[in-house]
This record gives sequence, structure tokens and C-alpha cells, in this order.
Amino acid sequence: MSIMSEAIAIAPAPEAHAPVAASLSGVTRVFGASGSGMAVHALGPIDLSLYKGEFFSVVGPSGCGKSTLLDVLAGLSKPTTGTAEFEGRAIDGVPDGVGVVFQEDASFPWLTVENNVAFGLRRAGFEAAEVERRVNYALGFMGLRDFRKAYPVQLSGGMRQRVCIARTLVLQPRLILLDEPFGALDQQTRLLMADELLRLWRETNATVFLITHSLDEAAMLSDRIGVMSARPGTIIETIETGWPKDRDSRIVSDLRFASITARMWEKLRVETMKTMVSQEGKLQ
Amino acid sequence: MKRPGLVSAAIVIGCILALEVACRYGFIRRSVIPAPSEIVSMLYMLLKSGTYNEAIRLTLSNIAISGLIATVLGFILGVIIHANDFLRRGVEPFLVSYYAVPTFIFYPVLVVIFGVGSAAIISIAVLMSVVAMITSTLNGLDRLPPAFPRTARVFQMSPVSTALLITLPATAPYLFTGMRLVISYSFIGVIASEFILAGEGLGYSISYTYNNFENSKMFALMLFIIVVVSVINSVLNNIDRRLKQRLQRGD
Repeated sequence: MSIMSEAIAIAPAPEAHAPVAASLSGVTRVFGASGSGMAVHALGPIDLSLYKGEFFSVVGPSGCGKSTLLDVLAGLSKPTTGTAEFEGRAIDGVPDGVGVVFQEDASFPWLTVENNVAFGLRRAGFEAAEVERRVNYALGFMGLRDFRKAYPVQLSGGMRQRVCIARTLVLQPRLILLDEPFGALDQQTRLLMADELLRLWRETNATVFLITHSLDEAAMLSDRIGVMSARPGTIIETIETGWPKDRDSRIVSDLRFASITARMWEKLRVETMKTMVSQEGKLQ
Repeated sequence: MKRPGLVSAAIVIGCILALEVACRYGFIRRSVIPAPSEIVSMLYMLLKSGTYNEAIRLTLSNIAISGLIATVLGFILGVIIHANDFLRRGVEPFLVSYYAVPTFIFYPVLVVIFGVGSAAIISIAVLMSVVAMITSTLNGLDRLPPAFPRTARVFQMSPVSTALLITLPATAPYLFTGMRLVISYSFIGVIASEFILAGEGLGYSISYTYNNFENSKMFALMLFIIVVVSVINSVLNNIDRRLKQRLQRGD
């Protein structure tokens, strides 16, 4: 075992013995498989178990199928082969108890912040008092209380993303899927948002599945990190970080942080180069 | 009123005053254009006497009916074309070049089908305006952020709820632009058709007064149309601006 490996395998993830929240078994996704055009093998085969209450991140080269993987877990896309389960039941459509935050700004510009946050609750038929209570809590938690009557156009990109997170949070999902939610934000805002995300995860005890391009973000936030190969994406390594649950962005100064990031890059470098070579081949 | 608005108002008032002076002092003969004050007082008299009430009612109701038909039909066709890529690729060249063909050339055909009267007039106005609504609907649906329908699926919304609660409000600014164009084209279509196709209505009345050298009445009726169109356009512009301000998705 290399020095680097020893440095990062300090402690098993505390969730390792927790019950499984969601799982993928032999999942592949092939686009255009049934049509007349050329089939694109985008993902898999993937076997993955997400444990209840853990923070799991996925990193991988561009186009490796990270978002497709999230879509399968969210029930937004059906696997071509294999099975996907949430809380022991096969995923067929978006299951109850699953919340998704997308990379793009998905706040509804025609609704105020509080109506955006209340949108899912009203759709789900919650009573007005309960809607009010949960919206108030989420707005306070996400630092949006002073902006409840504002429209998204009046907010910064980071605040609009907080609105989307609050809109997901109020439904108290047991599995939160985040598809590069901070991708469009600047570095400082990303760090602060990451702290908020950790706070949210601790308080809700939800299982979090994060797709990110940022190695630092993955190293800082996660209990476990899945490193994906170039397309068709498979998980080539799972790294356990061993961070305590009450961590925040200050762990970036921890020596282990650099080791985790270096380990990810060691694997990703090869995969990213494969992707680049394949893209250059297509251009020629 | 903001500065650009003040400038616009000053230009209009300046032109009216210049015309008034030119008419009063004989630079422009009364038989060509009566003085604006005379046109206004004639319009007041015509409205007070109710002579043209029936013509006004008929024209405005034809515009409303054609506007409604073009809006609903254009929206439905836009949604159908957007949903079918194959159909869209076939139809799009016609949509792009549609306004290069003067719709009025079809008026003999429409007279044969509908006869002389409101039906033919409304048909021409619908033909003129429906494509503006189709292209605006396509424009709005093309710009619907992909995250919105995905969010609807996460909230387990039915296709009808998604259309009413997400797609419709998200595309509202584009649909409203289409409606504005439909109303403008409907005005042009109905009034111009009444010149050639009708024995009643405001267009016919303007044509009739022109042929009978009733200049003051003719200009009074023209002024009426200008005022109505300006007021409607100004109200719609205001709503359009507010919608776009609220629904824009900048950083």
C-alpha cells in the first residue's frame, strides 16, 4: 500500500454499516439502442450502494455519464440493463422521498422566493399552516428570510440556487441528489455554499449524492467518493475520506485533504486523457 | 413620464401644432387635411350622435373574434409543430417566408367560400395574424429551460399540471408578444378588408366618406382608429415590459 493510500484510509466511513438507502446493480444506459441511429453506450455497468445518512460524491471526466447516473437514481431515466432501487423498491419514475437539485437555475422566475419554496409542498397537498411552517424554516435555514417577497431576477446566482435547494429541502427528502449545483458559481460562493450544504446534511440526516467536477468539493464534502472512468462511465475506485460529520470548509487546510485530492487525480488523470484522446480522434 | 416618453409626447404635440398652424394659415388646403382641432371636434360630434356606433361595434368585434381565433389556433399549431421535429422541419421554411406573400391576394377565394361579410373579413385577418402566434409559441417553447420540465417530473406533476403551472407561465412573455402581434395584424386585416370586402364597418365608412368628399368625417374616423390602436398598444406594451422584467433569467 502506498503512503498516499495509507494517509487516506484512516477510518471507515461511519455509514458503512448503516442500512442501504439506494442501490444500483449492473446498471447500464445505452442511448439510441432501440432506434435506427448509432447506439451510444453512456454508462456502466455500475454496482453501487448508498448508505443511509452518508454523503457520497461522484467525480469523473466530462461526458462520462455522471448526470446519467444521477438521472437513473432520480427515476428520470430508466437503465437499459440492471436494476436501481430506493429503500428496497425498484425505481420506476421519481420515488417519494427523493429530491433533486439541478446545475441550471431552476427557480421559477414568475414566483416569489417563498412561493418558489412552497411550490412542491402545495403540489403535494400539504395544509397551509404546514406549508407556512416548513417554508419559514427553510427560508431561515438558507438565509433567505429577508428575500421571501423578492423574485428570482432580483437575486444573485448563488441565492437563486439556495432557493432551489430550499424548495427541495422543504419536502424533507430522504435522498437528496445534487447535479453540480454550484457549477455556475464563483469559488468563494462555492465554498460558502458547501458549508451550508454540510450543515443541511447534518441537520436533515438525509443521504446526499453529489455530482461534481470539483475535486476539492468532493474531497471536502464527502464520506465516500466514487471516481468514474471515461465513457462508458463505471466506478473505478471508491475513496473513503474518514472525515468527522461536523466538518466544514476549513478542512481544506488538513494534510489529508491534499492526499484525498491527489488520489482522485491519480485515477482521473488517466481517464481524462482517454476522453481527450477520444475527442481529438473524432475531430481528426 | 420618463425622458424618452417626454420626447415622444413632444414630437407628437409639435407635429399636431405645426399641422394646426399650417391648416389655419392656408399652407395646407382644408380639402386636403382639415385642422386637427376640427378633426377632434368632428370626432366628438360623431361619437355623441352615435352615427358610427354600429360600424365601430362591428369592426371591433371582428378584430376581437379574429384575434381570439388566431391566438388560440396559433398557440395550438405552435405546440403541435414544436412536439414533432419531422413536421417542424417541413413547415419551418413556409413560416419563415409566410409574410413575403401578401395575404390579400386570397380575398377572391375567401369571398367564394364565405361570401361578402364578416366571415371573409375575419378569415383574412386570421390568415394574416396566425403565423405570428405560431412563431412566438415556437420561440417560447424553444427557450423553456430544460430544468423546468425535469423539475416538474421530480414533483411528480401530470402533463396537464406541467403545462398549466410551468410551461405556460415560463413562456408567457413570448406568448404575449405573439398576442400583441396578432392584435396588430388583426386591426390591419379587418380594417383593410372592410375597404374592399364590406358594406359596413369602420374601413367601409372611411372608404365611403373618402368617395363622397366628406373629409372631416374621414379624418375623424381615422383619428378614432389611431387613438384606439395607440391606447391598446400602449397598454399591451406596458404589460409586455412588466412580464419580461419579471420573467427574465439574468445573473
